[in-house]
Amino acid sequence: MMSMQVKERLAKAVIWSAALITVCILVLIIGSIMVQGIAKLNLSFFLENPRRMGSEGGIFSPLIGTIYFTCLTMLLAAPVGIGAAVYLTEFTREGPLVRVIRFTTDALAGIPSIVIGLFGFAFFVVFLKPLTGGWSILSGSLTAFCMILPTIVRTSEEAIKAVPEAYREGSLALGASKWQTVLWVVLPSAMPGILTGVLLGVGRVIGETAPLLLTLGGSLLIPHSIFQPARTLSMHLYLVAMETGEFSVAFGTAAVLVIVILLLNLLSHTLMRRLMARIGGR
Amino acid sequence: MALQPQDKVFPLLLLLCALTSILVVILVGVFVFLQGYPMLAKTGFFAFLLGRSWQPGEGVYGILPMVVGTVVVTLLSLLIGVPLGIATAIFLAELAPDRVAAWTRRSIELLAGIPSVVYGLFGMVTIVPMVRYIASNWFGAWLSPEMKTGYGILAASLVLAIMILPTIVNISEDALRAVPREYKEGSFALGVPHWQTIVHVLLPAARSGIIAGVVLGMGRAIGETMAILMVAGNAPALPRSIFSPVRTMSGNIGLEMGYASGSHAQALFATGIVLFLVIMLLNGFALLFTGRRAVRTP
Repeated sequence: MMSMQVKERLAKAVIWSAALITVCILVLIIGSIMVQGIAKLNLSFFLENPRRMGSEGGIFSPLIGTIYFTCLTMLLAAPVGIGAAVYLTEFTREGPLVRVIRFTTDALAGIPSIVIGLFGFAFFVVFLKPLTGGWSILSGSLTAFCMILPTIVRTSEEAIKAVPEAYREGSLALGASKWQTVLWVVLPSAMPGILTGVLLGVGRVIGETAPLLLTLGGSLLIPHSIFQPARTLSMHLYLVAMETGEFSVAFGTAAVLVIVILLLNLLSHTLMRRLMARIGGR
Repeated sequence: MALQPQDKVFPLLLLLCALTSILVVILVGVFVFLQGYPMLAKTGFFAFLLGRSWQPGEGVYGILPMVVGTVVVTLLSLLIGVPLGIATAIFLAELAPDRVAAWTRRSIELLAGIPSVVYGLFGMVTIVPMVRYIASNWFGAWLSPEMKTGYGILAASLVLAIMILPTIVNISEDALRAVPREYKEGSFALGVPHWQTIVHVLLPAARSGIIAGVVLGMGRAIGETMAILMVAGNAPALPRSIFSPVRTMSGNIGLEMGYASGSHAQALFATGIVLFLVIMLLNGFALLFTGRRAVRTP
Protein backbone atom coordinates (compact mmCIF):
# COMPACT_ATOMS: atom_id res chain seq x y z
CA MET A 1 0.00 0.00 0.00
CA MET A 2 1.41 3.32 -1.10
CA SER A 3 1.34 6.12 1.39
CA MET A 4 -1.04 8.97 0.68
CA GLN A 5 1.75 11.41 0.00
CA VAL A 6 3.50 9.24 -2.54
CA LYS A 7 0.21 8.66 -4.33
CA GLU A 8 -0.48 12.39 -4.37
CA ARG A 9 2.94 13.12 -5.87
CA LEU A 10 2.64 10.34 -8.41
CA ALA A 11 -0.77 11.53 -9.56
CA LYS A 12 0.45 15.09 -9.96
CA ALA A 13 3.47 13.91 -11.92
CA VAL A 14 1.14 12.06 -14.31
CA ILE A 15 -0.98 15.19 -14.82
CA TRP A 16 2.09 17.36 -15.42
CA SER A 17 3.42 14.92 -17.99
CA ALA A 18 0.05 14.80 -19.77
CA ALA A 19 0.12 18.57 -20.16
CA LEU A 20 3.74 18.35 -21.26
CA ILE A 21 2.81 15.78 -23.93
CA THR A 22 0.06 18.07 -25.22
CA VAL A 23 2.45 21.00 -25.57
CA CYS A 24 5.16 18.77 -27.07
CA ILE A 25 2.75 17.54 -29.75
CA LEU A 26 2.17 21.13 -30.83
CA VAL A 27 5.88 21.90 -30.88
CA LEU A 28 6.54 18.68 -32.80
CA ILE A 29 3.92 19.45 -35.45
CA ILE A 30 4.86 23.08 -35.99
CA GLY A 31 8.57 22.24 -35.74
CA SER A 32 8.47 19.41 -38.25
CA ILE A 33 6.41 21.43 -40.75
CA MET A 34 8.72 24.44 -40.48
CA VAL A 35 11.94 22.41 -40.64
CA GLN A 36 10.80 20.53 -43.74
CA GLY A 37 9.11 23.49 -45.39
CA ILE A 38 11.39 26.40 -44.71
CA ALA A 39 13.88 25.54 -47.46
CA LYS A 40 11.12 26.10 -50.02
CA LEU A 41 10.26 29.58 -48.81
CA ASN A 42 11.98 31.88 -51.24
CA LEU A 43 10.64 34.56 -53.52
CA SER A 44 10.31 32.36 -56.58
CA PHE A 45 8.16 29.85 -54.62
CA PHE A 46 5.69 32.66 -53.96
CA LEU A 47 5.82 34.24 -57.41
CA GLU A 48 5.92 31.26 -59.75
CA ASN A 49 2.86 29.42 -60.95
CA PRO A 50 2.56 25.71 -60.19
CA ARG A 51 3.70 23.41 -63.00
CA ARG A 52 2.95 19.73 -63.66
CA MET A 53 -0.11 19.59 -61.35
CA GLY A 54 1.76 21.47 -58.67
CA SER A 55 4.66 19.06 -58.27
CA GLU A 56 6.99 21.75 -59.61
CA GLY A 57 7.04 25.50 -59.52
CA GLY A 58 5.57 27.77 -56.88
CA ILE A 59 2.28 28.66 -55.31
CA PHE A 60 1.38 31.96 -56.99
CA SER A 61 -2.06 31.04 -58.32
CA PRO A 62 -3.25 29.24 -55.14
CA LEU A 63 -2.01 32.26 -53.18
CA ILE A 64 -4.09 34.62 -55.33
CA GLY A 65 -7.02 32.19 -55.10
CA THR A 66 -6.75 32.13 -51.30
CA ILE A 67 -6.72 35.93 -51.09
CA TYR A 68 -9.73 36.34 -53.40
CA PHE A 69 -11.66 33.60 -51.66
CA THR A 70 -10.88 34.72 -48.10
CA CYS A 71 -11.67 38.38 -48.75
CA LEU A 72 -14.96 37.58 -50.49
CA THR A 73 -16.03 35.17 -47.76
CA MET A 74 -15.29 37.69 -45.02
CA LEU A 75 -17.02 40.50 -46.95
CA LEU A 76 -20.14 38.34 -46.96
CA ALA A 77 -19.89 36.83 -43.49
CA ALA A 78 -18.66 39.75 -41.36
CA PRO A 79 -21.56 42.19 -41.99
CA VAL A 80 -24.23 39.50 -41.72
CA GLY A 81 -22.67 37.90 -38.65
CA ILE A 82 -22.11 41.18 -36.83
CA GLY A 83 -25.60 42.36 -37.81
CA ALA A 84 -27.11 39.20 -36.39
CA ALA A 85 -25.12 39.62 -33.17
CA VAL A 86 -26.25 43.26 -32.80
CA TYR A 87 -29.83 42.18 -33.31
CA LEU A 88 -29.60 39.39 -30.77
CA THR A 89 -27.93 41.51 -28.10
CA GLU A 90 -29.35 45.02 -28.58
CA PHE A 91 -32.65 44.90 -30.41
CA THR A 92 -34.56 42.05 -28.92
CA ARG A 93 -35.42 40.27 -25.71
CA GLU A 94 -35.25 36.58 -24.96
CA GLY A 95 -38.21 34.92 -26.60
CA PRO A 96 -39.16 32.02 -28.84
CA LEU A 97 -37.71 33.64 -31.98
CA VAL A 98 -34.36 34.37 -30.33
CA ARG A 99 -34.25 30.85 -28.96
CA VAL A 100 -34.85 29.44 -32.43
CA ILE A 101 -32.15 31.69 -33.90
CA ARG A 102 -29.67 30.63 -31.21
CA PHE A 103 -30.53 26.99 -31.63
CA THR A 104 -30.10 27.03 -35.40
CA THR A 105 -26.85 28.98 -35.14
CA ASP A 106 -25.52 26.28 -32.83
CA ALA A 107 -26.89 23.55 -35.07
CA LEU A 108 -25.19 25.14 -38.08
CA ALA A 109 -21.87 25.20 -36.22
CA GLY A 110 -22.22 21.49 -35.59
CA ILE A 111 -22.95 20.37 -39.15
CA PRO A 112 -19.83 18.65 -40.56
CA SER A 113 -18.10 20.82 -43.13
CA ILE A 114 -18.29 18.10 -45.76
CA VAL A 115 -22.11 18.12 -45.48
CA ILE A 116 -22.09 21.90 -45.92
CA GLY A 117 -19.90 21.19 -48.94
CA LEU A 118 -22.53 18.80 -50.34
CA PHE A 119 -25.14 21.50 -49.87
CA GLY A 120 -22.89 24.10 -51.52
CA PHE A 121 -22.42 21.79 -54.47
CA ALA A 122 -26.15 21.07 -54.89
CA PHE A 123 -27.27 24.66 -54.30
CA PHE A 124 -24.58 27.09 -55.40
CA VAL A 125 -22.71 25.03 -58.01
CA VAL A 126 -25.62 23.21 -59.65
CA PHE A 127 -28.89 24.98 -58.78
CA LEU A 128 -27.62 28.58 -58.97
CA LYS A 129 -25.16 27.95 -61.80
CA PRO A 130 -26.37 30.87 -63.96
CA LEU A 131 -25.63 33.25 -61.08
CA THR A 132 -22.45 31.75 -59.62
CA GLY A 133 -20.78 30.32 -62.72
CA GLY A 134 -20.83 26.75 -61.36
CA TRP A 135 -17.54 25.82 -59.69
CA SER A 136 -16.23 29.25 -58.81
CA ILE A 137 -14.77 31.48 -56.13
CA LEU A 138 -18.29 32.82 -55.54
CA SER A 139 -19.73 29.33 -54.95
CA GLY A 140 -16.85 28.48 -52.63
CA SER A 141 -17.22 31.71 -50.68
CA LEU A 142 -20.97 31.33 -50.27
CA THR A 143 -20.42 27.80 -48.98
CA ALA A 144 -17.70 28.94 -46.56
CA PHE A 145 -20.02 31.77 -45.50
CA CYS A 146 -22.55 29.20 -44.27
CA MET A 147 -19.79 27.47 -42.35
CA ILE A 148 -18.27 30.41 -40.47
CA LEU A 149 -21.41 32.45 -39.85
CA PRO A 150 -21.95 30.86 -36.39
CA THR A 151 -18.36 31.61 -35.33
CA ILE A 152 -18.74 35.29 -36.15
CA VAL A 153 -22.21 35.63 -34.64
CA ARG A 154 -21.10 34.07 -31.38
CA THR A 155 -17.82 35.90 -30.88
CA SER A 156 -19.43 39.23 -31.81
CA GLU A 157 -22.25 38.56 -29.38
CA GLU A 158 -19.75 37.93 -26.58
CA ALA A 159 -17.85 41.11 -27.44
CA ILE A 160 -21.02 43.23 -27.48
CA LYS A 161 -22.27 41.74 -24.22
CA ALA A 162 -18.95 42.67 -22.58
CA VAL A 163 -19.60 46.39 -23.17
CA PRO A 164 -20.70 47.84 -19.81
CA GLU A 165 -24.36 48.85 -19.53
CA ALA A 166 -23.31 52.30 -18.25
CA TYR A 167 -21.96 53.17 -21.73
CA ARG A 168 -25.39 52.65 -23.27
CA GLU A 169 -27.20 54.48 -20.47
CA GLY A 170 -24.82 57.42 -20.74
CA SER A 171 -25.37 57.70 -24.46
CA LEU A 172 -29.15 57.40 -24.21
CA ALA A 173 -29.16 59.97 -21.41
CA LEU A 174 -27.41 62.42 -23.74
CA GLY A 175 -30.36 62.12 -26.10
CA ALA A 176 -28.83 59.74 -28.63
CA SER A 177 -31.25 57.33 -30.29
CA LYS A 178 -30.97 53.58 -29.85
CA TRP A 179 -29.44 53.30 -33.28
CA GLN A 180 -26.91 56.08 -32.68
CA THR A 181 -25.95 54.47 -29.39
CA VAL A 182 -25.29 51.14 -31.04
CA LEU A 183 -23.39 52.63 -33.95
CA TRP A 184 -21.25 55.20 -32.13
CA VAL A 185 -20.91 53.79 -28.61
CA VAL A 186 -21.47 50.05 -28.41
CA LEU A 187 -19.86 48.89 -31.65
CA PRO A 188 -16.64 50.91 -31.29
CA SER A 189 -16.17 49.63 -27.74
CA ALA A 190 -16.77 46.05 -28.84
CA MET A 191 -14.70 46.38 -32.01
CA PRO A 192 -11.49 44.64 -30.81
CA GLY A 193 -13.56 41.65 -29.68
CA ILE A 194 -15.52 41.59 -32.91
CA LEU A 195 -12.32 41.76 -34.93
CA THR A 196 -10.94 38.85 -32.92
CA GLY A 197 -13.94 36.83 -34.04
CA VAL A 198 -13.44 37.91 -37.62
CA LEU A 199 -9.77 36.86 -37.46
CA LEU A 200 -10.83 33.51 -36.04
CA GLY A 201 -13.14 33.22 -39.03
CA VAL A 202 -10.31 34.10 -41.42
CA GLY A 203 -8.18 31.37 -39.86
CA ARG A 204 -10.94 28.82 -40.32
CA VAL A 205 -11.63 29.90 -43.89
CA ILE A 206 -7.97 29.62 -44.83
CA GLY A 207 -7.65 26.21 -43.22
CA GLU A 208 -10.87 24.70 -44.52
CA THR A 209 -10.60 22.29 -47.41
CA ALA A 210 -13.32 19.65 -47.55
CA PRO A 211 -16.25 21.84 -48.69
CA LEU A 212 -14.00 23.63 -51.17
CA LEU A 213 -13.13 20.38 -52.91
CA LEU A 214 -16.79 20.27 -53.93
CA THR A 215 -17.38 23.94 -54.77
CA LEU A 216 -14.23 25.88 -55.65
CA GLY A 217 -13.19 23.92 -58.74
CA GLY A 218 -9.51 23.45 -57.96
CA SER A 219 -8.19 25.19 -61.07
CA LEU A 220 -4.48 25.95 -61.22
CA LEU A 221 -5.01 29.03 -63.40
CA ILE A 222 -4.93 32.50 -61.92
CA PRO A 223 -8.56 33.56 -61.38
CA HIS A 224 -9.58 36.82 -63.04
CA SER A 225 -13.04 37.15 -61.54
CA ILE A 226 -15.10 35.66 -58.75
CA PHE A 227 -17.04 33.62 -61.31
CA GLN A 228 -13.99 31.54 -62.18
CA PRO A 229 -12.75 28.42 -60.39
CA ALA A 230 -9.63 28.59 -58.23
CA ARG A 231 -7.88 26.67 -55.49
CA THR A 232 -6.71 27.74 -52.05
CA LEU A 233 -3.39 26.92 -50.39
CA SER A 234 -4.98 24.22 -48.20
CA MET A 235 -6.55 22.58 -51.23
CA HIS A 236 -3.24 22.86 -53.07
CA LEU A 237 -1.45 21.15 -50.19
CA TYR A 238 -3.94 18.27 -50.21
CA LEU A 239 -4.00 17.79 -53.98
CA VAL A 240 -0.22 17.99 -54.30
CA ALA A 241 0.41 15.57 -51.41
CA MET A 242 -2.23 13.05 -52.52
CA GLU A 243 -1.98 13.23 -56.31
CA THR A 244 1.68 13.93 -57.01
CA GLY A 245 3.37 12.77 -53.79
CA GLU A 246 5.71 15.76 -54.09
CA PHE A 247 6.16 16.41 -50.39
CA SER A 248 8.61 19.30 -50.65
CA VAL A 249 5.96 21.51 -52.32
CA ALA A 250 3.36 20.29 -49.83
CA PHE A 251 5.64 21.16 -46.92
CA GLY A 252 6.42 24.59 -48.37
CA THR A 253 2.68 25.26 -48.66
CA ALA A 254 2.06 23.93 -45.15
CA ALA A 255 4.79 26.20 -43.77
CA VAL A 256 3.10 29.22 -45.38
CA LEU A 257 -0.24 28.18 -43.84
CA VAL A 258 1.31 27.68 -40.40
CA ILE A 259 2.99 31.10 -40.53
CA VAL A 260 -0.30 32.75 -41.51
CA ILE A 261 -2.12 31.00 -38.65
CA LEU A 262 0.59 32.03 -36.17
CA LEU A 263 0.34 35.65 -37.31
CA LEU A 264 -3.47 35.64 -37.04
CA ASN A 265 -3.20 34.19 -33.55
CA LEU A 266 -0.70 36.86 -32.51
CA LEU A 267 -2.89 39.62 -33.95
CA SER A 268 -6.03 38.38 -32.23
CA HIS A 269 -4.22 38.26 -28.90
CA THR A 270 -3.07 41.84 -29.29
CA LEU A 271 -6.64 42.87 -30.09
CA MET A 272 -7.99 40.97 -27.11
CA ARG A 273 -5.57 42.70 -24.77
CA ARG A 274 -6.70 46.01 -26.18
CA LEU A 275 -10.35 45.12 -25.62
CA MET A 276 -9.60 44.22 -22.02
CA ALA A 277 -7.74 47.50 -21.51
CA ARG A 278 -10.58 49.46 -23.09
CA ILE A 279 -13.47 48.12 -21.11
CA GLY A 280 -11.58 47.40 -17.92
CA GLY A 281 -11.54 43.65 -18.18
CA ARG A 282 -13.87 41.20 -16.60
CA MET B 1 -38.96 61.88 -29.14
CA ALA B 2 -40.16 61.01 -32.62
CA LEU B 3 -38.66 57.87 -34.10
CA GLN B 4 -36.52 58.58 -37.11
CA PRO B 5 -36.84 56.36 -40.18
CA GLN B 6 -33.47 54.69 -39.56
CA ASP B 7 -34.67 53.56 -36.16
CA LYS B 8 -37.20 51.40 -37.96
CA VAL B 9 -35.26 50.34 -41.03
CA PHE B 10 -32.06 49.23 -39.33
CA PRO B 11 -33.61 46.85 -36.82
CA LEU B 12 -35.39 45.22 -39.73
CA LEU B 13 -32.10 44.78 -41.60
CA LEU B 14 -30.51 43.36 -38.48
CA LEU B 15 -33.40 40.94 -38.05
CA LEU B 16 -32.79 39.72 -41.60
CA CYS B 17 -29.13 39.08 -40.72
CA ALA B 18 -30.21 37.15 -37.65
CA LEU B 19 -32.63 35.05 -39.69
CA THR B 20 -29.90 34.03 -42.15
CA SER B 21 -28.72 31.12 -40.04
CA ILE B 22 -32.25 29.71 -39.88
CA LEU B 23 -32.49 30.00 -43.65
CA VAL B 24 -29.12 28.31 -44.16
CA VAL B 25 -29.95 25.38 -41.88
CA ILE B 26 -33.26 24.83 -43.67
CA LEU B 27 -31.61 25.04 -47.10
CA VAL B 28 -28.83 22.64 -46.08
CA GLY B 29 -31.38 20.15 -44.78
CA VAL B 30 -33.68 20.44 -47.77
CA PHE B 31 -31.02 20.27 -50.48
CA VAL B 32 -29.00 17.41 -48.99
CA PHE B 33 -32.19 15.41 -48.31
CA LEU B 34 -33.66 16.11 -51.74
CA GLN B 35 -30.52 14.89 -53.48
CA GLY B 36 -29.97 11.85 -51.30
CA TYR B 37 -33.55 10.71 -50.73
CA PRO B 38 -34.09 8.92 -54.08
CA MET B 39 -31.19 6.59 -53.27
CA LEU B 40 -32.55 5.83 -49.79
CA ALA B 41 -36.02 5.26 -51.20
CA LYS B 42 -34.70 2.92 -53.87
CA THR B 43 -32.40 0.75 -51.75
CA GLY B 44 -34.15 1.23 -48.42
CA PHE B 45 -32.56 3.07 -45.51
CA PHE B 46 -31.35 0.00 -43.65
CA ALA B 47 -30.20 -1.85 -46.75
CA PHE B 48 -28.12 1.23 -47.57
CA LEU B 49 -26.82 1.62 -44.02
CA LEU B 50 -26.02 -2.08 -43.54
CA GLY B 51 -24.95 -2.99 -47.08
CA ARG B 52 -21.48 -4.54 -46.99
CA SER B 53 -20.47 -3.66 -50.48
CA TRP B 54 -19.70 -0.29 -52.07
CA GLN B 55 -19.13 -0.64 -55.81
CA PRO B 56 -20.22 2.49 -57.65
CA GLY B 57 -19.17 0.93 -60.97
CA GLU B 58 -21.69 -1.89 -60.49
CA GLY B 59 -24.37 0.33 -59.00
CA VAL B 60 -24.02 -1.37 -55.60
CA TYR B 61 -24.19 1.06 -52.70
CA GLY B 62 -23.86 -0.10 -49.09
CA ILE B 63 -22.06 1.99 -46.51
CA LEU B 64 -21.56 -0.48 -43.68
CA PRO B 65 -17.75 -0.48 -44.16
CA MET B 66 -17.76 3.32 -43.87
CA VAL B 67 -20.06 3.29 -40.85
CA VAL B 68 -17.81 0.77 -39.12
CA GLY B 69 -14.74 2.74 -40.20
CA THR B 70 -16.16 5.95 -38.76
CA VAL B 71 -17.17 4.30 -35.49
CA VAL B 72 -13.87 2.48 -34.96
CA VAL B 73 -11.66 5.45 -35.84
CA THR B 74 -13.75 7.78 -33.67
CA LEU B 75 -13.78 5.47 -30.64
CA LEU B 76 -10.06 4.76 -30.83
CA SER B 77 -9.26 8.45 -31.14
CA LEU B 78 -11.42 9.15 -28.08
CA LEU B 79 -9.65 6.38 -26.21
CA ILE B 80 -6.34 8.12 -26.85
CA GLY B 81 -7.49 11.74 -26.75
CA VAL B 82 -9.92 11.81 -23.83
CA PRO B 83 -7.54 10.77 -20.99
CA LEU B 84 -4.89 13.14 -22.30
CA GLY B 85 -7.43 15.93 -22.70
CA ILE B 86 -9.00 15.55 -19.27
CA ALA B 87 -5.58 15.31 -17.62
CA THR B 88 -4.53 18.52 -19.38
CA ALA B 89 -7.77 20.18 -18.27
CA ILE B 90 -7.09 19.18 -14.65
CA PHE B 91 -3.59 20.57 -15.05
CA LEU B 92 -4.92 23.90 -16.30
CA ALA B 93 -7.74 24.24 -13.79
CA GLU B 94 -5.95 22.97 -10.68
CA LEU B 95 -2.22 22.42 -10.82
CA ALA B 96 -0.56 24.81 -13.24
CA PRO B 97 0.98 28.05 -12.02
CA ASP B 98 -0.75 30.99 -13.76
CA ARG B 99 2.08 31.65 -16.19
CA VAL B 100 2.45 28.03 -17.24
CA ALA B 101 -1.31 27.74 -17.62
CA ALA B 102 -1.41 30.81 -19.85
CA TRP B 103 1.26 29.39 -22.16
CA THR B 104 -0.32 25.95 -22.23
CA ARG B 105 -3.68 27.46 -23.08
CA ARG B 106 -2.06 29.44 -25.84
CA SER B 107 -0.51 26.30 -27.35
CA ILE B 108 -3.85 24.54 -27.24
CA GLU B 109 -5.45 27.48 -29.00
CA LEU B 110 -2.81 27.19 -31.71
CA LEU B 111 -3.41 23.47 -31.95
CA ALA B 112 -7.08 24.25 -32.62
CA GLY B 113 -6.14 26.72 -35.35
CA ILE B 114 -3.85 24.49 -37.41
CA PRO B 115 -5.58 23.54 -40.69
CA SER B 116 -6.63 19.92 -40.93
CA VAL B 117 -4.60 19.39 -44.12
CA VAL B 118 -1.49 20.31 -42.14
CA TYR B 119 -2.38 17.63 -39.59
CA GLY B 120 -2.88 15.28 -42.53
CA LEU B 121 0.54 16.06 -43.96
CA PHE B 122 2.16 15.63 -40.55
CA GLY B 123 0.34 12.30 -40.27
CA MET B 124 1.48 11.11 -43.71
CA VAL B 125 5.11 11.93 -43.09
CA THR B 126 5.52 11.25 -39.35
CA ILE B 127 2.75 9.03 -37.99
CA VAL B 128 2.18 6.71 -40.96
CA PRO B 129 5.86 5.61 -41.14
CA MET B 130 5.82 5.07 -37.38
CA VAL B 131 2.73 2.84 -37.62
CA ARG B 132 4.24 1.09 -40.66
CA TYR B 133 7.34 0.30 -38.63
CA ILE B 134 5.32 -1.09 -35.74
CA ALA B 135 3.07 -3.13 -38.02
CA SER B 136 5.87 -4.70 -40.04
CA ASN B 137 8.45 -5.22 -37.33
CA TRP B 138 6.37 -6.14 -34.30
CA PHE B 139 3.28 -7.75 -35.79
CA GLY B 140 4.56 -8.57 -39.27
CA ALA B 141 3.91 -12.30 -38.97
CA TRP B 142 0.18 -11.87 -38.35
CA LEU B 143 -0.70 -9.13 -40.78
CA SER B 144 -1.56 -9.22 -44.46
CA PRO B 145 0.35 -6.89 -46.80
CA GLU B 146 -2.30 -4.14 -46.97
CA MET B 147 -2.12 -3.80 -43.18
CA LYS B 148 1.61 -3.06 -43.28
CA THR B 149 1.41 0.16 -45.28
CA GLY B 150 0.96 2.29 -42.18
CA TYR B 151 -2.16 3.89 -43.65
CA GLY B 152 -5.18 2.79 -41.63
CA ILE B 153 -7.24 2.91 -38.47
CA LEU B 154 -4.35 3.43 -36.05
CA ALA B 155 -2.74 6.29 -37.99
CA ALA B 156 -6.11 8.01 -38.50
CA SER B 157 -7.01 7.64 -34.81
CA LEU B 158 -3.69 9.09 -33.66
CA VAL B 159 -4.08 12.13 -35.92
CA LEU B 160 -7.70 12.59 -34.86
CA ALA B 161 -6.83 12.25 -31.17
CA ILE B 162 -4.55 15.27 -31.52
CA MET B 163 -7.19 17.21 -33.45
CA ILE B 164 -9.94 16.73 -30.85
CA LEU B 165 -7.68 17.59 -27.89
CA PRO B 166 -8.49 21.34 -27.90
CA THR B 167 -12.26 20.73 -27.79
CA ILE B 168 -11.98 18.29 -24.90
CA VAL B 169 -9.46 20.37 -22.94
CA ASN B 170 -11.37 23.65 -23.27
CA ILE B 171 -14.78 22.32 -22.33
CA SER B 172 -13.49 20.12 -19.51
CA GLU B 173 -11.49 23.02 -18.08
CA ASP B 174 -14.58 25.23 -18.14
CA ALA B 175 -16.56 22.49 -16.43
CA LEU B 176 -13.92 22.07 -13.72
CA ARG B 177 -13.76 25.81 -13.14
CA ALA B 178 -17.54 26.03 -12.88
CA VAL B 179 -17.56 23.79 -9.80
CA PRO B 180 -18.44 26.04 -6.82
CA ARG B 181 -15.41 26.96 -4.68
CA GLU B 182 -17.19 25.78 -1.54
CA TYR B 183 -16.99 22.15 -2.70
CA LYS B 184 -13.23 22.32 -2.88
CA GLU B 185 -12.85 24.35 0.30
CA GLY B 186 -15.13 22.00 2.17
CA SER B 187 -13.07 19.04 1.05
CA PHE B 188 -9.82 20.76 2.05
CA ALA B 189 -11.33 21.68 5.43
CA LEU B 190 -11.96 17.99 6.05
CA GLY B 191 -8.27 17.39 5.55
CA VAL B 192 -8.63 15.67 2.16
CA PRO B 193 -5.46 16.08 0.08
CA HIS B 194 -5.56 17.98 -3.22
CA TRP B 195 -5.46 14.96 -5.54
CA GLN B 196 -8.17 13.12 -3.59
CA THR B 197 -10.27 16.28 -3.80
CA ILE B 198 -9.82 16.42 -7.56
CA VAL B 199 -10.79 12.78 -8.05
CA HIS B 200 -13.61 12.50 -5.53
CA VAL B 201 -15.08 16.00 -5.48
CA LEU B 202 -14.21 18.08 -8.54
CA LEU B 203 -14.39 15.48 -11.30
CA PRO B 204 -17.79 14.09 -10.21
CA ALA B 205 -19.17 17.60 -9.88
CA ALA B 206 -17.90 18.53 -13.35
CA ARG B 207 -19.01 15.25 -14.88
CA SER B 208 -21.80 16.51 -17.11
CA GLY B 209 -19.64 19.27 -18.59
CA ILE B 210 -16.80 16.85 -19.25
CA ILE B 211 -19.16 14.39 -20.94
CA ALA B 212 -20.44 17.23 -23.12
CA GLY B 213 -16.85 18.01 -24.09
CA VAL B 214 -16.22 14.40 -25.01
CA VAL B 215 -19.41 14.22 -27.07
CA LEU B 216 -18.46 17.40 -28.94
CA GLY B 217 -14.97 16.04 -29.54
CA MET B 218 -16.69 12.98 -30.95
CA GLY B 219 -18.75 15.21 -33.24
CA ARG B 220 -15.59 16.83 -34.47
CA ALA B 221 -13.97 13.45 -35.05
CA ILE B 222 -16.95 12.14 -37.04
CA GLY B 223 -17.13 15.26 -39.19
CA GLU B 224 -13.41 15.52 -39.92
CA THR B 225 -12.59 14.74 -43.53
CA MET B 226 -9.27 15.92 -44.88
CA ALA B 227 -6.78 14.69 -42.29
CA ILE B 228 -8.39 11.25 -42.30
CA LEU B 229 -8.44 11.05 -46.08
CA MET B 230 -4.69 11.60 -46.04
CA VAL B 231 -3.79 8.84 -43.54
CA ALA B 232 -6.59 6.23 -43.41
CA GLY B 233 -5.88 4.37 -46.65
CA ASN B 234 -9.53 4.76 -47.73
CA ALA B 235 -10.35 1.19 -48.76
CA PRO B 236 -14.15 0.69 -48.64
CA ALA B 237 -13.92 -2.68 -46.93
CA LEU B 238 -14.70 -3.89 -43.43
CA PRO B 239 -11.53 -3.57 -41.30
CA ARG B 240 -10.02 -6.71 -39.80
CA SER B 241 -7.44 -5.19 -37.45
CA ILE B 242 -6.46 -1.74 -36.20
CA PHE B 243 -3.83 -1.67 -38.95
CA SER B 244 -6.40 -2.18 -41.71
CA PRO B 245 -7.00 0.68 -44.13
CA VAL B 246 -10.48 2.14 -43.69
CA ARG B 247 -12.74 4.72 -45.23
CA THR B 248 -14.98 6.95 -43.12
CA MET B 249 -18.35 8.36 -44.18
CA SER B 250 -17.04 11.90 -44.56
CA GLY B 251 -13.98 10.54 -46.36
CA ASN B 252 -16.27 8.68 -48.76
CA ILE B 253 -17.93 11.95 -49.78
CA GLY B 254 -14.68 13.92 -50.02
CA LEU B 255 -13.01 11.22 -52.07
CA GLU B 256 -15.65 10.49 -54.69
CA MET B 257 -17.85 13.59 -54.99
CA GLY B 258 -15.35 15.14 -57.40
CA TYR B 259 -16.24 12.75 -60.22
CA ALA B 260 -19.57 11.21 -59.18
CA SER B 261 -22.76 11.64 -61.15
CA GLY B 262 -26.23 10.10 -61.32
CA SER B 263 -26.99 7.43 -58.74
CA HIS B 264 -23.40 7.50 -57.51
CA ALA B 265 -23.79 11.18 -56.54
CA GLN B 266 -27.15 10.36 -54.93
CA ALA B 267 -25.47 7.65 -52.85
CA LEU B 268 -22.89 10.18 -51.64
CA PHE B 269 -25.64 12.63 -50.71
CA ALA B 270 -27.36 9.78 -48.87
CA THR B 271 -24.09 9.24 -46.99
CA GLY B 272 -24.29 12.95 -46.13
CA ILE B 273 -27.81 12.44 -44.76
CA VAL B 274 -26.60 9.67 -42.45
CA LEU B 275 -23.72 11.87 -41.29
CA PHE B 276 -26.09 14.80 -40.75
CA LEU B 277 -28.45 12.67 -38.64
CA VAL B 278 -25.63 11.26 -36.53
CA ILE B 279 -24.27 14.72 -35.75
CA MET B 280 -27.72 16.08 -34.90
CA LEU B 281 -28.26 13.18 -32.49
CA LEU B 282 -24.89 13.78 -30.86
CA ASN B 283 -25.53 17.49 -30.47
CA GLY B 284 -28.92 16.80 -28.92
CA PHE B 285 -27.14 14.47 -26.52
CA ALA B 286 -24.56 17.14 -25.61
CA LEU B 287 -27.37 19.65 -25.11
CA LEU B 288 -29.05 17.26 -22.67
CA PHE B 289 -25.89 17.12 -20.60
CA THR B 290 -25.14 20.81 -20.48
CA GLY B 291 -28.58 22.31 -20.75
CA ARG B 292 -26.98 25.19 -22.57
CA ARG B 293 -25.22 25.87 -25.84
CA ALA B 294 -24.29 22.61 -27.42
CA VAL B 295 -21.48 23.53 -29.74
CA ARG B 296 -18.73 25.97 -29.03
CA THR B 297 -16.54 27.99 -31.25
CA PRO B 298 -13.39 25.97 -31.87
